[in-house]
Amino acid sequence: MSDQSDAAPVTILQAINAALNDAMEFDEAIIVLGEDVADPEEGGVLGVTKGLSSRFGDDRVRSTPIAEQAIVGAAIGASLVGYKPVAEIMLMNFTTVAMDMIVNHAAKLRFMSGGQTNVPIVIRTMTGTGFGSGGQHSDYLEAWFAHTPGMKVVAPSNPMDAYGLMRAAIDDPDPVLYIENLPAYWIPGPPAEKGFTVPLGKALVAKEGADVTIVSYSRTLIEALGAVEQMEAAGVSAEIIDLRTISPWDKETIYASVAKTGRCLIVHEAVTAFGVGAEIAATLQSRFFGKLKAPVGRLGAPYAPVPFSKPLESAYAPDSRRIADAAIALATKEHSIDGN
Amino acid sequence: MTSEFAPDLPTQLEIYKRVALLKANDERSRKVIMTGRLVMPYYSYRGQEVIPAAMSAALSDQDYWVTIYRGIHDMLAKGMPLKDLWAEIAGRVDGTCKGKGGPMHLTYPAKGIMVTTGIVGSSMPIANGIAWGSQLSGNGRVTVATFGDGASNIGAFHESLNLASVWKLPVIFLCQNNLYGEHTTYEKATSAPRIADRAVAYNMPGVRVNGNDPVEMYAAAREAVERARAGNGPTLIEAMTFRFHGHVFGDADAYMDKAQKQAAMEADPVPIFRARLIAEGIASESELAAIEADIEAQLDEAVDFALASPFPDLGELTRDVYANGENA
Repeated sequence: MSDQSDAAPVTILQAINAALNDAMEFDEAIIVLGEDVADPEEGGVLGVTKGLSSRFGDDRVRSTPIAEQAIVGAAIGASLVGYKPVAEIMLMNFTTVAMDMIVNHAAKLRFMSGGQTNVPIVIRTMTGTGFGSGGQHSDYLEAWFAHTPGMKVVAPSNPMDAYGLMRAAIDDPDPVLYIENLPAYWIPGPPAEKGFTVPLGKALVAKEGADVTIVSYSRTLIEALGAVEQMEAAGVSAEIIDLRTISPWDKETIYASVAKTGRCLIVHEAVTAFGVGAEIAATLQSRFFGKLKAPVGRLGAPYAPVPFSKPLESAYAPDSRRIADAAIALATKEHSIDGN
Repeated sequence: MTSEFAPDLPTQLEIYKRVALLKANDERSRKVIMTGRLVMPYYSYRGQEVIPAAMSAALSDQDYWVTIYRGIHDMLAKGMPLKDLWAEIAGRVDGTCKGKGGPMHLTYPAKGIMVTTGIVGSSMPIANGIAWGSQLSGNGRVTVATFGDGASNIGAFHESLNLASVWKLPVIFLCQNNLYGEHTTYEKATSAPRIADRAVAYNMPGVRVNGNDPVEMYAAAREAVERARAGNGPTLIEAMTFRFHGHVFGDADAYMDKAQKQAAMEADPVPIFRARLIAEGIASESELAAIEADIEAQLDEAVDFALASPFPDLGELTRDVYANGENA
């Protein structure tokens, strides 16, 4: 294990910064661009890229105009000629401005060129409810990208995975969308060793359990871990799986867990309808039809934009209590074939 | 007009060879489509040949080019082999993209043809990134992004010119202004009387040239290439031309001004260039006829090769989605 148990804890924000530092030190082909990412602009609005331009120079770390198509286009172009750009699209909602570059170009150039070219870029983006940012600064849009052949999508929930997934995403020969949760940036945890990677497409059993499998990622995975006490008080033993990579998702790990528990709840902050949970639920129900003890459950946001008002915003994304309630209901309900 | 960058006589002949290849290829494409042996969406470039022929003559094989769906003339001028091209547009496995890209996504990195996009305006943001790579590595290569007049109205154009100027990228924005964006006239869609004027807003040189004049076009191309190679940043070239066959092959052209179209076709730049080469003694009639006969023979060979090539196997459906062939 890479867990340095005696090392001081780091936050997710620090872990991403360390991963970028270590990767850039390791490989000169790695370059960073995005709005405000260089040190004169404070190394990113929250400091995720702080120190990089001072250490690696203004050529390799460039603040850009507020121009998302130009940012992703520049990343794509540089990647076609041997560079490994890490582009920051400050907020996930801003990816909408660059969807042509991401969906029509980054994701498809390998296929459309018959494998002659590839686009080894990482697009870092942050999002999440909790800061009262309202409808255009908080969305989880991962399903759009997971629905796009050619893209990979990752979403860490702890500092070690944040480091390891970033290193793996940079190494990957295909475009990777790397989702960072805003409120979780400052959550501490054990640091990764330098060079540690988390293979893309591998989930993590974050907590073992027997009665119900909870699959989640990013912020709601943290909330699921926070639901353990309430579930245990109700006599429910949940196995909690951190998907880590949303696409391609780790079917093996989830199949093994659901084969054991017979029940599954998928939780994400994105709206439930047409979401990642729908894909996983449909796949599980095809595979385990007749063997499930309950229909696969999904818990996400309502089919509505993210609201501003605090009580509304707090009710929007699944929290520990709602996850526990849903998991307990799923785990304690026996379904029979005639629906009784 | 004279310029320190005007093409010498061998360069003019070289430009003509490319022009003749492009014209013959377009005519052959339309002919083969009409026989039913080739089924593809075809965006004819007939009338625009001089622009990429002159631009490419000012570049080396190592320089990069990002083009668009109306771009087969660009690719051939830059050096994509006819056989690879024809097998690709026929959807065959011997095509440059194994038949998976088609006429709108032809790619040939060996000659610097990095991306062909089917999205209006999208050549430019990517060209910037390639040019950024050249700037970082100091390899001296120049990147050309071509696009039509319609693309100068989309956001990507403005984002790209701004970034290229701020970063002083070795990139050339080559607008082929054929006076129509799909079916809509330039005047109806474009606020600026000249696209070249838009360069002012991005603090870069903007020049409008007669794109149908090989001497003028080449001089502008050379000047932009020299500027980019010297590290002095991007140039916007607006090359005036005309599209003879409508937006997509098979459309009825009802939206085009008939008198304007007829006048443009009567001023077809290819025979005019040819006649001038002979009149000025740069080449003889028999030399040019031999060049053209050779092109026809190459086309015969390319078409036969393409139509005899097998279609890709169905395994190609999911290959090249990711490096390792996995599917999510």
